[in-house]
Amino acid sequence: MLNGNYKVSYRDDIKLFQTGFVKFWLSLFFVVCLVFPLVADRYFIYLANLSMIAILGAIGLNILVGYTGLISIGHAAFLAIGAYSSTILITKLSVPFILAVPLGGIVAAGAGLVVAIPSLRLKGLYIAITTFAFGFIVQHGIVRWESMTGGPDGLTVPPVDLLGIALDSDRRYFYFLLVIVIGMTAFARNLFRTRIGRALIAVRDHDIAAEVMGIELAKYKIISFCISSFYAGVAGALFAAYLKFITFEHFTLGLSIDYLAMIVVGGFGSILGSILGAIFITMLPEVIQMGTDLVRADFPLLVTRFAALKTVISGLIIVLFLLFEPDGMYGRWQKIKAYWGNWPFTY
Amino acid sequence: MTDSTVAILMQVVFNGLAVGSVYALVALGFVLIYKATSVFNFAQGELMMLGAYFCYTLITFAGLDYLTSFLLTLVLCFLMGTVIEMLVLRPLVGKPTFSVIMVTIGLAVMLQGMTSLIWGDDVHNFPSFFSSRVFSIQNVHLRAIEIWIFASTIALVLAFLLFFKYSKIGVAMRGTANDQDTAMLMGISVRRIFSLSWAVASIIAAVGGISYANLLFVSPDMGHIGLRAFPAAVLGGLDSVPGAIVGGIIIGICETLAGAYLDRMLGGGIKEITSFVILIAILMIKPYGLFGKQEIVRV
Repeated sequence: MLNGNYKVSYRDDIKLFQTGFVKFWLSLFFVVCLVFPLVADRYFIYLANLSMIAILGAIGLNILVGYTGLISIGHAAFLAIGAYSSTILITKLSVPFILAVPLGGIVAAGAGLVVAIPSLRLKGLYIAITTFAFGFIVQHGIVRWESMTGGPDGLTVPPVDLLGIALDSDRRYFYFLLVIVIGMTAFARNLFRTRIGRALIAVRDHDIAAEVMGIELAKYKIISFCISSFYAGVAGALFAAYLKFITFEHFTLGLSIDYLAMIVVGGFGSILGSILGAIFITMLPEVIQMGTDLVRADFPLLVTRFAALKTVISGLIIVLFLLFEPDGMYGRWQKIKAYWGNWPFTY
Repeated sequence: MTDSTVAILMQVVFNGLAVGSVYALVALGFVLIYKATSVFNFAQGELMMLGAYFCYTLITFAGLDYLTSFLLTLVLCFLMGTVIEMLVLRPLVGKPTFSVIMVTIGLAVMLQGMTSLIWGDDVHNFPSFFSSRVFSIQNVHLRAIEIWIFASTIALVLAFLLFFKYSKIGVAMRGTANDQDTAMLMGISVRRIFSLSWAVASIIAAVGGISYANLLFVSPDMGHIGLRAFPAAVLGGLDSVPGAIVGGIIIGICETLAGAYLDRMLGGGIKEITSFVILIAILMIKPYGLFGKQEIVRV
C-alpha cells in the first residue's frame, strides 16, 4: 500500500511535481521524446506531429470547456483564424515564421474576445449555440473573402524557417513542436495554480457563488475565451505551416467535434486528459485504417466507405465514453492509481 | 414598385414559407424534447434524415405504396426515438449540460456515419408524393408540394398546441418540464414522458425529413438542415411550440430574401449565414427568444 503522502501546507498541495516518482517518469518521458524521431519511421513522426498540434488545441478547448464551463462548438473557427492569419502574415507581409505563429494566436484571441462579448449574458447551452453559429460564419467568411483567403481554393504556405534553420523535415518540425508543446503545457498547468486559474474553476463550479466571492464573471469569462482561442490560433498556425496547404474544409464543424471528442475521451478539466485525448483521437483514424486493411478481402465495402465507418466509430466513442467513463481516460487512470495504491484493500 | 418586382418579392416570400415550414418542423422537434426533458437535441436533423431514408427505402426497395410506407416510417421512427432515449439519454439524466449536449452531438455524428455506411454517399431523388402541378396566381408560382408542406406544418403545430393544452399526456409533459420531482409526486411517470417525447420528436422529424426530401432529395448531408434550423428554434424560444413555427417561418423568409436581394449586392454567400447572424443577434438581445420563458435561477 502506498503511503507517506503528507502535506503540511497549501503550497505543498498544489506543487507541480507531487513526488520524486513523477519527476523521474516525466524526465524519462522527455528523453524518450527526444530520441523518438531519431529511431521512428517518418510516418510515425508525422502522426506525432499531428498529435502535438492537436494537443495544443485540446488544451485550449479544455481551458474553456473543462475548466471554465463555457461550451464551445465552434473551436475550429479559432484554429482557422490562427491558420489563415499567420499564413497571410507570412505571404503578404513576409513576417518571419517565429513571429507569425504567436501573431496568429493573438488574432485568434481577438476573435475569442468578440465571441466572448455576446456570451457574457448567456449560460451553458446558449453559449454552445453562439459559438456554433460563430463557427459557421467564420467558415463562410473564409470561402467568400477570396482576396485574402483564396476562397474555396485555399492557401499554400511557403516553406518556413526558424531563424535561418529551415523546418523542412518532419523530424525538425517535431523538435520545434516539442518545445512549443512543452512550454504551453507547462503554462496551462501552472495557470491553474494561480488566482486566474482558480477563478476560472470557481466560475465553472458555480458562477453566482463565484461572483459573490468577488470574482468578476465578465472579466474571467473573457480571459478564458482569449487564452483558449490563443491556444487554438497557435495550433492552427502550426497546422498550416506543417501541412503547407489550408482550405476551409480543414476547419469544419467536424473538426470542432473532434476537439470536443478529445476532451471527452481524455478527461473534462484535466491537462493530462487533453493530451491523452488528443493523441487518442488523432490515432483513431489510423487504427481504423489498419483494422479495415486486415478485413479488406472479406468486406470490400468497408474500404470504399471508410470515411463513413470512421464517422460512426468516432460518434460511438463519444457516446460510450460519456455513458461509461464520463471522467475520460484521465479519470480511469486516477481510478487505476487509487486501486493499486490501496491494494490489497478495496477502499 | 412595378408589378414584376412585387411578383418577384411575393415569389421569394412564398418560397421562404415553404423552406421555413421545414425549419419549423425541425424546430418543433427541438422544442418538444427541450420542453419535456430540458435536453437540446443536436441530432434532430439526423433523425429527420433517417426518417427520409426509411421512407425512401420502403418505397424504392420494398416496393410499398406511399401511404403504407409513410405510416410504417412513422412507426419505425417512434421505435427508434424510444430506443435512443432508453439507451443513450436516460443514463445521463441529471448529468451536467456539457455531457448531455455532447452525447447528442456524438449521436448525430454516429447516425450520420451510419446512414452513409448503409446507404452510401450518393444523392437520391425521392419518389415524389405529390403531383408536379404548379399553381400560379398572377406570376407567383407555387409547387403543389410547397403548399402541402406549409399546410401540414400548420396542421401539426395546431395539433401539438391542442395536445399540450388539453391532452393528459401533454399536460404531463409540461408538468415534467416544469418540475420533475413534483411531476413524480403527482403520479406522472417521468421516464415514460421522456421516452414518449423522444418518440414523438422523431415522428415530427420524419415528417419534416419526408417533406424536405420531397422538396429536394435524400443524401447523407441532409442532417445539416437540422443545424440550419437552430436559429429558428432559438428565435422562437426553445420551449415554445408556437415559437417554433413563427421562428421557422421568419428564418425561412429572411434566408430566401437575403438570397434573392442581398446576395446580388454583397456578392454571394449571404444566404447561408443570414440565419446565423440573426441567431447571434437574438442571443445578444433576447436570449430566450420571442416566446420563450426566461429561466429564473435560485441560488
